[in-house]
Amino acid sequence: MTLEAVLLIAAALFSVGLYGAISQQVVVMVMMGLELMLNGVILAAGAFWWFLSPEPTGQVLLLVVIAAMTVEMAMGFAVATLVHRARGSDMTDSASELKR
Amino acid sequence: MTLIGEVFFWVLGATAVLSGAAVFWVNSMARATYALAISFVAVGLQLLLLDQAYLGVITILMMVMEMAVMAVYMIMFMGMNPALMPMSMVHDKRLSLVTALVTFALLAAGILLTPWPSGRPAPTEDVTVALGMALMEPKMLAMIVLSPVMVATIVAGVSLSLHRGRYDRYGDDLERAAADDPQPGGVGR
Amino acid sequence: MSDPVVEVDPSWAIVGALLLAVLVMIAVALDGMLAARAQGGSAAASLRWPAAETARLLRQRRRSTVAADSLLWRIGGAGMLVAALLKITVVPFGEWTLFDFEAGLVWFNAMDALVWALVWLVGWGGNSVHALVGGYRFLALAVAYELPLMFALIATAIASESLNVGDIVAAQSELWFIVWMPVAFLIYSIGVVAFSVWGPFGSSLGADIAGGVAAELSGVDRLVFFAGRYGVLVAGAAFAVPLFLGGGSGAVLPAWAWSLLKTVVVLAAFVWVRRKVPLIRPEKFMEVGWMLLIPAGMLQDLLIALVMVNR
Repeated sequence: MTLEAVLLIAAALFSVGLYGAISQQVVVMVMMGLELMLNGVILAAGAFWWFLSPEPTGQVLLLVVIAAMTVEMAMGFAVATLVHRARGSDMTDSASELKR
Repeated sequence: MTLIGEVFFWVLGATAVLSGAAVFWVNSMARATYALAISFVAVGLQLLLLDQAYLGVITILMMVMEMAVMAVYMIMFMGMNPALMPMSMVHDKRLSLVTALVTFALLAAGILLTPWPSGRPAPTEDVTVALGMALMEPKMLAMIVLSPVMVATIVAGVSLSLHRGRYDRYGDDLERAAADDPQPGGVGR
Repeated sequence: MSDPVVEVDPSWAIVGALLLAVLVMIAVALDGMLAARAQGGSAAASLRWPAAETARLLRQRRRSTVAADSLLWRIGGAGMLVAALLKITVVPFGEWTLFDFEAGLVWFNAMDALVWALVWLVGWGGNSVHALVGGYRFLALAVAYELPLMFALIATAIASESLNVGDIVAAQSELWFIVWMPVAFLIYSIGVVAFSVWGPFGSSLGADIAGGVAAELSGVDRLVFFAGRYGVLVAGAAFAVPLFLGGGSGAVLPAWAWSLLKTVVVLAAFVWVRRKVPLIRPEKFMEVGWMLLIPAGMLQDLLIALVMVNR
């Protein structure tokens, strides 16, 4: 097991997540894509910590990533609820007021 | 790491990526959500193998709870029969696929071409204690910043998604003695 | 500091599983006896009931429903038992433990987060209205009991300055945690009863929705689900011993006997509660959890933190 190999797994997770985040039409599915991308980030950060610098600072970074995920989820659900209440669906294509 | 640990690590890695891909592949919202949960559990276990006990377990804990809630939202908002029914709710499929593949290629090139330092430094003796000490001493600012962010998230999330405010509950002049709720709560507010 | 608990060989896991099975049988028999007493039946018949019901369910043909999501259904049904087994790995039995894990407390907590997913999956998989209503009821309850439960667990971690269950036991050598953190113990007990879908928190298995999440379960599926549900109750009772009741400490008897004895007492109390406290509606308990239990848990944690700082 090498650092490169673990990072490749993380990159694969990130790319699959990116595909989902761009291609999905439903807000909740887009959030799942974002979560998967962050999942890759978690694995990469964990691998960096283990292979390069096993000191607590790297773990604090991981904790911040996890916290960012909770914030993303809470705000995402709130926005999805709001969009669904306003339009009866939560498709991203229907929420385009800010698009010219 | 022992040979068994190594094999286990690779199985977990494959599980994480494949179940991650299954999220956008399967036809059932419940299955998609729990595929993502499996992906997170696999990564959490990988962190355990990488000696990060606390973070690995906390990842499993948080993500399983989050996916249990996520499933409710999926089914609430998708607005279709959630049984095993073929669904395709995507746009720009080809562009997305190309973007994802290019991203992976770039990341992989970066990973393989970077001269990483070799030789693994020995980890600190008690990782969880060290993390706790770091959080409460030199890295305390991170926690101090996170806590108001969390509070702000709770307030913003509630105020965005609330559909009955205090004027609905206590009347236009806020003068109703007892709140008018369709389902009264348990402490008699 | 010498290690208060010793990690034993993984093959002892079989003994751990057998112990869990015995305790589950005790809980089932006790519940049957209490039921018989309440209804005026014979207590002897209720002692036979666990074995008889097991035999009946093993022989029963497994039913399925139209368009059931069998994969998720089976995962949910079998998962409860797995979660219970994973929980007891970090519970010390006397001075032995299967998994001396540095974040054992969080491990236990992560396993009861699994119960959220599993109960809902059982409700979902059968593609049946009543079962799904039960699944949603459980998630509503879960949101209300889980956070107070976490605060209760944190109280023990603050007082022992460790997440390791062995260290938590060692920190109680002078004074059991139940004595100076009764609120945390109460909240923990509520949490255990709630995540076992038990007694006052059993509305997701309620008779008003035809058995709730278990409405469509039959045969061996039903047996495994209910065994797992008793299993998490037992695991919760067993974990209360190292957390609040001083683990294996006690006079005369060896440590493992004290662990077992205390576990049985806590388990009996949990079983007894079922017939003494009425069913609580999830939406009522939601407010109780957020308005009463979370502040109470936080105050308990604050108090303990102040004691620890000024010690």
